[in-house]
Amino acid sequence: MSATIFGLLGAALVGIGLFGLLVRRDALLRILAFNLLGGGVFLVFGAVARRGAGAGLPADPVPQAIILTGIVVAFAATTLAVALVLRLAAAKDRG
Amino acid sequence: MSAGMLPVLAVMLPVLGMVLALPLGARGAERLTLALAPLGLAVAVAIAVVVYGGSAPIRHELGHWAPPLGLAFRVDGLSAAMMVTAAVVIGATALFARGQFGTAAGEAETRRAFAFWPLLLAIWGATNLALAANDLFTFYVALELLTFAAMPMVALDGKRETLEAALRYLMFALLGSVLYLLGVALMYGAAGTLDVVVLASRAGGTYPVLLAAALMTAGLLAKTALLPLHLWLPPAHAGAPAAASAVLSALVVKGSFVILLRLWFGVLPGIPGPMAAQILAGLGAAAILLGSVAALAQERLKLLVAYSTVAQIGYLFLMFPLIASMPGTETAAKAWTGGVVQAVAHAFAKAAMFLTVGLMAARLGHDRIRDIAGAGRALPVPMITFGLAGLTLMGVPPSGGFAAKWLLLAAAIEAGQWWWALVILCGGLLTGGYVYRVLSVGLRAGEATAPTRSADGQGIALVLAIVSVLLGFLPLGAFGLVQIGRLDLGP
Amino acid sequence: MIADLLIVAAIVALALPVVLARSAFTAVALFVAYGLLLAFAWVRLDAVDVALTEAAIGAGLSGVLLLGAARRLAGGPPVEDAPPGKAQVALIGVGCAGLAVALGAVILALPDPAPSLAEPVMANIAAIEVGNPVTAVLMGFRGLDTLLEAAVLVLAVVALWALAPDAAWGAAPGWRQPPATDGPLALLARVLPPIGVVVAVHILWVGADAPGGKFQAAAILAAMWLLPWMAGIAAPPPISRAWLRIVIAAGPVAFILAGFAGSVLQGAFLAYPPGYAKAVIIAVEVVLTASIAVALALLVLGPPAEDRGA
Repeated sequence: MSATIFGLLGAALVGIGLFGLLVRRDALLRILAFNLLGGGVFLVFGAVARRGAGAGLPADPVPQAIILTGIVVAFAATTLAVALVLRLAAAKDRG
Repeated sequence: MSAGMLPVLAVMLPVLGMVLALPLGARGAERLTLALAPLGLAVAVAIAVVVYGGSAPIRHELGHWAPPLGLAFRVDGLSAAMMVTAAVVIGATALFARGQFGTAAGEAETRRAFAFWPLLLAIWGATNLALAANDLFTFYVALELLTFAAMPMVALDGKRETLEAALRYLMFALLGSVLYLLGVALMYGAAGTLDVVVLASRAGGTYPVLLAAALMTAGLLAKTALLPLHLWLPPAHAGAPAAASAVLSALVVKGSFVILLRLWFGVLPGIPGPMAAQILAGLGAAAILLGSVAALAQERLKLLVAYSTVAQIGYLFLMFPLIASMPGTETAAKAWTGGVVQAVAHAFAKAAMFLTVGLMAARLGHDRIRDIAGAGRALPVPMITFGLAGLTLMGVPPSGGFAAKWLLLAAAIEAGQWWWALVILCGGLLTGGYVYRVLSVGLRAGEATAPTRSADGQGIALVLAIVSVLLGFLPLGAFGLVQIGRLDLGP
Repeated sequence: MIADLLIVAAIVALALPVVLARSAFTAVALFVAYGLLLAFAWVRLDAVDVALTEAAIGAGLSGVLLLGAARRLAGGPPVEDAPPGKAQVALIGVGCAGLAVALGAVILALPDPAPSLAEPVMANIAAIEVGNPVTAVLMGFRGLDTLLEAAVLVLAVVALWALAPDAAWGAAPGWRQPPATDGPLALLARVLPPIGVVVAVHILWVGADAPGGKFQAAAILAAMWLLPWMAGIAAPPPISRAWLRIVIAAGPVAFILAGFAGSVLQGAFLAYPPGYAKAVIIAVEVVLTASIAVALALLVLGPPAEDRGA
C-alpha cells in the first residue's frame, strides 16, 4: 500500500517539477524545480523497490542502491548549476 | 590476458587518467593524456581486431556476476568501430590542444589548462563506457559523465556568452538525464532487470514499458540535440574553444545516440512500431533541411559549422524506420551500416572542421565569413581541410559520408520509402551550398592575411579530414564489422 | 496508511509553492522543509539507507548550498527573459498534469507480483561477505556503477573549479565569510564537529551490516568540515593544495586498483578474492568516504569566488 501511495506522490512531483522547470524563468527556481522532479523520479524508483520486497527483505535492494548513488549525483549536478548561475550573475554585475 | 580485459581497459584507462589528473596538475595531466592516447588507441584497435576476427561481441562479466544480478560489458561491432573513432579523435584533439592548453615546464597552472585535460579524458572514458556497457543504469552514469565534462568545456573561455550557453546546455542535459532515469525506474518496475540483453526477452509492449521507452527516448533526444531539441547546441558548440568543440560535436552527441540505438533495437526490437520510427526520421529530415538552411544563413564560420552538426545529426535518424519496417532483412542491414558509418564519418569530418575553423579564426583574428577573402592563399592547408571535410558532409564520392549516405539512400528505396531518399539528396545539395559559400569567399583574392606560425596543428586537422574521406575507400567487407553482434538480430 | 497520506499531503503542500513562489528565498526555505519530509517518506518505504542520504544530502547539504545562493542572488539584476504567456502556461500545465496522470496510471499497472532481484541478492550475499544487502549491491553486484559514480564526483569538482574566474584561480574555494567568533553558529561550529565525526565513523562502520555506509557518513563528515568555514572561524584550504587534490582522487583510485587486482587475481574486474571480500570492501569504503566527504564539502563551497582574487 505504501508503495502505491508514494509511487503516486512521485508521479505528482514529476508533474510539479517539470511544470516549474518549463514555466519559471528564474534560474534558481528552475534548479529547485529540477530537484523536485528528481525527487519524484527517486520516489517512483523507491515504490518499485518496495513492491519488490522478498527473500525476507522489506524492499528490493538493487533499486535502493541505484537511488542512493542517484541522489549523490543529482546533488553534484545541482552544485554545478548553482555555481554557473552565481558566476553568470557576477559577470552581469560587472556589465 | 583474456579478451574480456580489453573493454575494461578501454573504459578504465581514461577514467583513471581523469581522476589522477587532479593531483597531477595541468602539466602532469597533459603528459598523462598524451601517453594514454596511443595506449587507448591500441586497446581500441585490439578490440576491433578481436571482434572482427571472432565475428562475435566481446563479453565480460564484472566481478563474475552475471546479469540480471550483475553487470556485463558487451562490445559489438558498432562499439568497436566507435571506440577506434573515439580514440583517434581524442588523440588528435589532444595533440592539437597542446598549443592552446599546454603548460611549459616551470610555468604556473592556469584554470583552462587544469580543466581541459581531465575533461577530455572524462569525455573519452564516458564515450567508451556508453559503448561497452549493457545496462540501462550504467548508461545513465555514462550520460552524467558526458554532461559534467561537456558543460565546463563549453564555458572554458569564461566569457559571459559562453557561460550562458553552458547554463542552457546544462538545463537541457539535466532534464534529459532525469527523464531518462524515470524511464529506467519504470523499466525496472516492469521487468526486474536493466540488462539490455535480458530485457530484450522480458520487456513486452506493456504500458509501463511503452511509457518508459517514450521518456527515455525524449531524454536521449534532448542530449543528442535532435530538432526541435537542438536549441542549446549552436551557441554551445560555437562558443567553446576549437579543441573542445571538436570533441563535443564528434563524440558527445554520439554517446546518447548509441544509447538510443541500444534502447530501440536492443531492448525493444519491434515494440515502438513503424509509426514511431517514422516520427523520429521525420524529425531527422527536418533537422537535415532546417539545419542546413540555417548553416547557409550564418555570418560566422563557427556557427555555420555548429548548425551543420544539427543537420548531420538528422541523418542518423533516417535508419530508424528503414530498420523498423523491414526487420532482419538485407535492407535493414544496409540502413544500420549506413547510420553507423554516418556517425563515424561525421565524427572525423566535424572534428577536422572545428579544429580548422578554430585555427583560421585564431590566425585571421575573426571568423566572419564575408571577410575571409584571401584565406585561400594565406591559409591553404586549413582551406583544403575544410573542403575535404565538406566532401564527407555532402556525401560526395569517394568519401566516408558518401558510403553512409549511399547505403541509407539504397535502403530507403528498397524499403519503398522514397521520401527519405529525396531528403538525403536535398540535404546533400544544401550542404554543398554552405561548404561552397565558405570556399568561394575564401578562394577569392582578398585582404586576409595571417601571420605564419609553426606547429599550430593544421596538419592534425588535415589528417582527420583525410581519414573522413578515406573511409569511402574501405572495401565493403570492412563495413561488415558494424554488423557483428547486432542486438536486433538476437543476442 | 493515514500517516502515509499525511506525509504525502504535506509534501505536495510544500512542493507546489516551491514552483509558484515569488521569491527564490521563500522557495528555498520551503524546499529544505520538503527535503526533510521526503526523508520520512523513505522511512515509510523501508529504505532507511536512502532516508539517511536524503536527510543529509537532499535537505542538509542542498539547503546550505541553495540558501547561500539565494542570499547571493537577492537584489541582483532582474530576470531578462520574458515569462511565458498565460495560454502557454496553461498548455504546459495540462501537459505536465497529463504526464503525471499517465505515470500514476502506469505505476498502478505494474506487474503483480513485482519482478525483483531481492532473492538472487540474498542467495549470493555470502560471497560479498557483508550483511547489508544495499552495501552488497553497491560494492559487489553493481560495484562498477559505484566506482564510476565516485569518479563522477571527482569530475564534478574539476567541472566546478573550471567555472572559477581566472583572477581567483588557485585561491581558497567559495566566498570569504565574515568571522562570527561568538554567535550561535560559532558555538555550533566548535561543539558539533567532534560529535558529528563520531557519528559518521559509526555510520560508516555499521554500514557493512546495518543501514548506513559511505555516502551517508561522507555527507555528515562534509557538513562537519563545512561548519567552521561557514562560521568564519577557519578558512578552507586553497584549491591548489596537493594534499587536498590527493584526498579527492584517492577513493576512486583505490577502487579502480581493487578492480584491477580482481582482474589479475580472479580473472574479472572487481572480483574479490574469497575470504577477503569484506576486508577489501571496507578498506575501499574507508578511503572512498574520505574522498566523497571532501568532494561534497568542496561542491557546497563552490569555486574560488571573485573576492578571493589577489
